[in-house]
Amino acid sequence: MTRAGWLQIGFYAVVLIALTRPLGKYLFRVFEGDQQPLPSVFGPVERLFFRLSGVSAKDEQTWIGYTVALLVFSAIGFLVTYAILRLQAHLPLNPQHLPGLSPHLAFNTAVSFTTNTNWQSYGGETTMSYFSQAVGLTWHNFTSAAAGIGVALAMARGLTRRPGAAGAKTVGSFWVDLIRGVLYVFLPLAFGLAIVLVAFGVIQNFSPYVVAHTVEGTKQLIAMGPVASQEAIKQLGTNGGGFFAANSSHPFENPTAITDFLEMLSILLIPAALTYTYGKMARDTRQGWAIFAAMFVLFAAGVGACYWAESHPNAALQGLDVDQTAGNMEGKEVRFGVASSALWAVATTDASNGSVNAMHDSFTPLGGLVPLVDIELGEVIFGGVGAGLYGMLVMVLLAVFIAGLMVGRTPEYLGKKIEAHEMKLAMLYVLIFPLLILGFSAWAAVEPYGVSSLNNFGPHGLSEILYAFSSAAGNNGSAFAGLNANTPWWDTTMGLAMLAGRFLMIIPAVGIGGSMLNKKPVPEGLGTFPTNGLLFTALLVAVVIVLGALTFFPALSLGPVVEHFQALAGKVY
Amino acid sequence: MTRQLLISLRVTLLTLVVCSLLYPLAVTGIAQILFPGQANGSLVRSSSGTIIGSRLLGQRFVNAAYFQGRPSAAGNGYDAANSGGSNDGVTSAKLRAREVAEVARLRRQNPTAPMPIPAALVTASASGLDPDLTPDAARWQVPRVAKARGVAPGRVEAVLDSLLEGRSLGFLGEPHVNVLMLNLALDQQFGAPPPATLPPEPTR
Repeated sequence: MTRAGWLQIGFYAVVLIALTRPLGKYLFRVFEGDQQPLPSVFGPVERLFFRLSGVSAKDEQTWIGYTVALLVFSAIGFLVTYAILRLQAHLPLNPQHLPGLSPHLAFNTAVSFTTNTNWQSYGGETTMSYFSQAVGLTWHNFTSAAAGIGVALAMARGLTRRPGAAGAKTVGSFWVDLIRGVLYVFLPLAFGLAIVLVAFGVIQNFSPYVVAHTVEGTKQLIAMGPVASQEAIKQLGTNGGGFFAANSSHPFENPTAITDFLEMLSILLIPAALTYTYGKMARDTRQGWAIFAAMFVLFAAGVGACYWAESHPNAALQGLDVDQTAGNMEGKEVRFGVASSALWAVATTDASNGSVNAMHDSFTPLGGLVPLVDIELGEVIFGGVGAGLYGMLVMVLLAVFIAGLMVGRTPEYLGKKIEAHEMKLAMLYVLIFPLLILGFSAWAAVEPYGVSSLNNFGPHGLSEILYAFSSAAGNNGSAFAGLNANTPWWDTTMGLAMLAGRFLMIIPAVGIGGSMLNKKPVPEGLGTFPTNGLLFTALLVAVVIVLGALTFFPALSLGPVVEHFQALAGKVY
Repeated sequence: MTRQLLISLRVTLLTLVVCSLLYPLAVTGIAQILFPGQANGSLVRSSSGTIIGSRLLGQRFVNAAYFQGRPSAAGNGYDAANSGGSNDGVTSAKLRAREVAEVARLRRQNPTAPMPIPAALVTASASGLDPDLTPDAARWQVPRVAKARGVAPGRVEAVLDSLLEGRSLGFLGEPHVNVLMLNLALDQQFGAPPPATLPPEPTR
């Protein structure tokens, strides 16, 4: 571990904290303000969108209406992308004449992008035409991210709105949230970031692949494409699906330490800001900061642990005369080094982003354990755009409930009583996740069509399986990428895990918002547990860790933990 | 329900036009006007105009007179249309065997180089296209390169030093040197070497 490494990590943290409030305020004005920002610029475009789509800004929906709209929109999005991928050979912008995708790969990829997972069973430059990338995939990067914010807003409105005399019945309009998210947030940010990325060397063209005649006289075929436009939104929308197979470790996606920093910052930028937006919605910004603090503590712990682990030598080189003072460099890029690779790994798995600038499969066992745990804690450490906030709000309700049990009092949050119905929905939310991961992993581990895809054996093979289904259910998308997931069984089961991990968790989340919406506020009393202070932050951190750790500890100890001790003993498989 | 379906279809069309058509085209247009070199891959051309490669992508060097990059798991090595890492874990027998072979090869080809071997020379990068070496991994190859070119090591070292790049802003990323640019600078200074004096070997 070096001083420059820590300085880089510290700088990242400072910039992230500094941007949370201004961007959070902006998001509040966009989604909850009486007047949206920059009306002279955005106003006409927004009105045009509303008019052409038949949406009224005033038409709000019940929680069921909101969820149905989201499901219908997602289903259409899935079908459009599935069709594009299958018909790729007949569509334009395909200079390499790449064939259409197989049914299972097209299913997996269309689900993957619809659910904001962006798992890459496909190979990027070897599989996808420019049309598929720009139209089929980049489009979902915008809409699935905006939909995620919508779900968080709907749930937050349920928790924070005060019912009037007639009672509140609606949690906002999915269409308004979606359109505003795309127009006011993602398009301008992505556009600006894309141009900056190009300035530093990220490519942006529609040219055929280039043939280079190398210095030593061989041929090198160089893949091209509209990379910057996809790179920018893939980071900002916590999507993470790479233009290239090597994702953001590819020099055309991420050429310098500066692009690396900007792309890394973009991962957590909006999820962090949304905590402040939530505080504003709760009319007490400290409510938001308490949640931010819990996320930040877990994030910092992950970065520290991962950086420490990756600073250790790679055990496969034991006994060879190799200088490993820089740490484990297998699967890492020289220009980024260990510190930035560890920081990225934690940021991308805390958020359900899933892009990588180093190969997690080649991390040390404990270094690879950290991103795996980050996902298995439920993608609530900042989490995906929107998805992180609604996930963490479920944890908040659990924490408040547990605190209530301890003192024997009906728990309340933001002045509203939490009752059996909400807790049932919260438990549904919490239980689906490990069921998917452990169920599918167990299946994969005992069948030949599961284990035949492994690139590593012994305990690391189990880690590859666990990581894959954690990534799918958590809608993360990063991988222990040695696993060949492009087989009918893997593509299908991973697709199902992604669908369930997105929509079976969104329904209870919005449902909680819907059921909290109409509760009469009870005045704060002496026995009310304050949810805007340090004590609550500590409790929240504890709940997240206990839930995740207890669920997954047995599986993790058979994978990365055993592997750690085997590696120390010099064992190979 | 029908109304939601209709809105859904209309929003789908609208967002498709804006996010997948206007947005990438606008970025492409501006990128091609403002930064055409970068947008088209930072390509490096010879004096006659042939494309030699990209400044951002590593390529394979086997000639003793050139600095060699890191082992590459992209395709059959430095395949810029098939990127990727080895994805071998630290308990992988495959990785162990590769490392043993790699160390033996490097010792054979660099008999006068000081031990130990810098890790960057035996570990595969994430992209398989890493254009860089760590400064120590480049410096370690100076004796071999100087001998193959028949020049004093100090002169090769001077070229290397002139191309070292530090951390961005002083603390972002790690110090590195671009292998392609380094080898082109050597050729410019000392002339192109005779064809490969080493048998080509697979890099993975």
